[in-house]
Amino acid sequence: MGEATINIVIGGEAGQGLVTVGEFLSRALVRAGYAIVVTQEYMSRIRGGHNTFAIRVGSARAYGPTETIDLLVALSADTLALHREALSPRALVLADAAHGLGDAPGLAIPYKELCPKPLYGNMAALGVLSSLLCLDPAWGIGLVEERFAKKGAEVVAANVGVFKASMDWAAGRQAAFACLPPPAAPEKRLMLHGNEAIALGALAAGVNFCSFYPMTPGTSVVQALIDHGDRMGLVAEQAEDEIAAIIMALGASYAGGRSLVSTSGGGFALMAEGVSLSGMIETPVVVVVAQRPGPATGLPTRTEQADLDLVLHAGHGEFPRAIFAPGTIEQCFHLAHRAVDTAECAQSPVFILTDQFLADSFRDVAPFDLTALAPVARPLTGIDAPAGYERYAVTPSGASPRLLPGFAEATVVLDSDEHTPDGHITEDLAVRVTMHDKRLRKSAGLAERALPPDLYGDPEGATLVVCWGSTLGVALEAAEIRNAREEKTAVLHFSQVWPFVGDAFLPILDKAGKTVMAEGNHGGQLARLIRRETGYVFDALVTRYDGLPFTAAYILERL
Amino acid sequence: MATAKTYGEFETAWCPGCGNFSIRQAVVKALVLLDLPPRRVVFSTGIGQAAKAPHYIRVNTFNGLHGRSLPAATGIKLANPELAVFAESGDGCSYGEGGNHYLAAIRRNIDITCIVHDNHVYGLTKGQASPTTPKGRRTKTQPHGAPSEAFNPVAVAVTMGAGFVARGYAGEVDHLADLIVQGARHAGFSLIDVLQPCVSFNKVNTYAWYKERCYRLGEDHDPTDRRTALERAMEFGDRIPLGVIWKHDRPAFGPMPEEPLARREPDMGVLASILQEYA
Repeated sequence: MGEATINIVIGGEAGQGLVTVGEFLSRALVRAGYAIVVTQEYMSRIRGGHNTFAIRVGSARAYGPTETIDLLVALSADTLALHREALSPRALVLADAAHGLGDAPGLAIPYKELCPKPLYGNMAALGVLSSLLCLDPAWGIGLVEERFAKKGAEVVAANVGVFKASMDWAAGRQAAFACLPPPAAPEKRLMLHGNEAIALGALAAGVNFCSFYPMTPGTSVVQALIDHGDRMGLVAEQAEDEIAAIIMALGASYAGGRSLVSTSGGGFALMAEGVSLSGMIETPVVVVVAQRPGPATGLPTRTEQADLDLVLHAGHGEFPRAIFAPGTIEQCFHLAHRAVDTAECAQSPVFILTDQFLADSFRDVAPFDLTALAPVARPLTGIDAPAGYERYAVTPSGASPRLLPGFAEATVVLDSDEHTPDGHITEDLAVRVTMHDKRLRKSAGLAERALPPDLYGDPEGATLVVCWGSTLGVALEAAEIRNAREEKTAVLHFSQVWPFVGDAFLPILDKAGKTVMAEGNHGGQLARLIRRETGYVFDALVTRYDGLPFTAAYILERL
Repeated sequence: MATAKTYGEFETAWCPGCGNFSIRQAVVKALVLLDLPPRRVVFSTGIGQAAKAPHYIRVNTFNGLHGRSLPAATGIKLANPELAVFAESGDGCSYGEGGNHYLAAIRRNIDITCIVHDNHVYGLTKGQASPTTPKGRRTKTQPHGAPSEAFNPVAVAVTMGAGFVARGYAGEVDHLADLIVQGARHAGFSLIDVLQPCVSFNKVNTYAWYKERCYRLGEDHDPTDRRTALERAMEFGDRIPLGVIWKHDRPAFGPMPEEPLARREPDMGVLASILQEYA
């Protein structure tokens, strides 16, 4: 598969502009019709250190991250030494002439000659990359014009000049690098990272309230919501802490807002009491948990999938919940939309479990069809018989009519204590049993609408790689590589990890020759959960917890 | 017109003689004076005997978690600015568990009326020191005396520039009702710290003790003068002032949504154009 894609890695210190170069090139590639998957690795600091922005690009698919580097853009003096080992046989290094190339294959870019000011260095790098990748210069020039339009024609012209001069300079070097094959599907695509897609899916479902306390890598969901907040009628408030954030979201939800909070493991730990409150007062909230390695502060800017247990069990007492785990940008969008509806239908907390890798991973995606979205459940703003209204009326499904306060004569009473159907505090133990049963009856509704795992390939006698969340892309790549070697392999991916119905996937597991769960944690949390719920024991477990996302090679080595 | 009957009659779980009864009376009186129909009123409370208050008044009620009355009230107000939002709880809930929210609410200055039943003790958990228990007072769990200095919520609110800061007393119902009315009419965060005897666990700050010390601030007190306001806020001993300690006009939190969020549906045309910005 490696031949069909090119892995471009831009390395440098924080603050050197590698994200600018990376995003710019990514967008040019997407506009030209290529498939991309971006992997961002960065350190928890504002300046210095060593960060990378990797773009894997293919004419049809880009799968996920990979270890080997085909084009290394070394913005800092350290970059080459740090990544030398990972260079592929065809690799070229684009070094700063001031740092030199040593004996590495590649080009030493004379930034000082190409750029009238150091400010234009990014443009020079982009020009050289465009030339090596045989990208039509129109894509790059078009982006330069858009980006600098506000700064005036002179700035645009200067940047375009450096971009073109650098392309020409690179063309004159006659570096031996195989161009990108033409893109397979040149229809219009969007470029989004996972957290942007979650925010857009939430907005499409009518989310109009977001309270938050900043925490990487959860903040970019909030940032995207706020970026579009004024136009979409969203109220956002930075809370004093995560406890306040989720309680505010519940207050807003009670009063008619459609609420979302976004955080990471440590912030979510503080939200646990609010999760339990949501369960008791049956007030919907969508909680995005973007995982990073713990315990405690852990590795703040790296990736992991170790908070499934936390999210599954957070909150004291028993109450229903649902947990989605998107594996693609499309799933980020559609599952965020579904989460809002699910939360309202079940009047319960609903979670979107993503991770740093997917959160920061820009990819190409077909524009979402907004007209095809399912309707989203809404609370009531009116009621026929206000005099007898009971917020927690006992119903067969467990869900009670959720009237909003202020819209009808009936008052709406919630209590975190056990309560009677009218919402008032009680210590009548028989009522307790009735109400607890009522709340938990909603679990059946959640199970009914649970998404079964997606099967890719034929499991009959195959090695079945089972995974959840962001691991999907590289699991599919690993399967393709093995199938090409005639080692029959299929993939089963969970985009919802709670609740699940064993009947929906146990027959698939039984067909497989060997089942392997691949999870980005130490213990195999989903494997244990499936064993607990169904008794099924996976044949093998592939884990990763070094802060990096899975790659196909990583999985293949351990199968 | 709302009358006291509008807000219902309920059996309570409070101790006979508890200051909560007269605070409830004052709250109902204030709602009548404000002519607020129950549907327009929301009480957000935490946990404790004070936090049970809205179970005994017919209003919309968000009886949430300990310490969290203010963030819930904030979310409610942000989602529906047409509601009159009150946060009501005890001193442990409002100043202890919810201390960070108290500071943030003063800073945020969203239009919420915060009524704190301040009885200087944890009642529901049976008599431990609260944030406003005087230093040195012995309790069952602080047998050598409460080791920390008492928190002065009124002085903190004045210092932080809260827009409306008042101190009431459970023994003076009409006066307290008037303070609640003024607080509710104030645009922005308003604090009414209510001195309240706890007949079960506070044997010092009794009705008699307060009666001896409390006095109403008169015409000579200028609540817009911050220096004297701070002096009155610090006065808690032989004499305890009741009334509006400090008020000033300060822009309330904004911008607020112009209509309840429940009336907002996503504009898919706008969203479609936003999607195109990602091309």
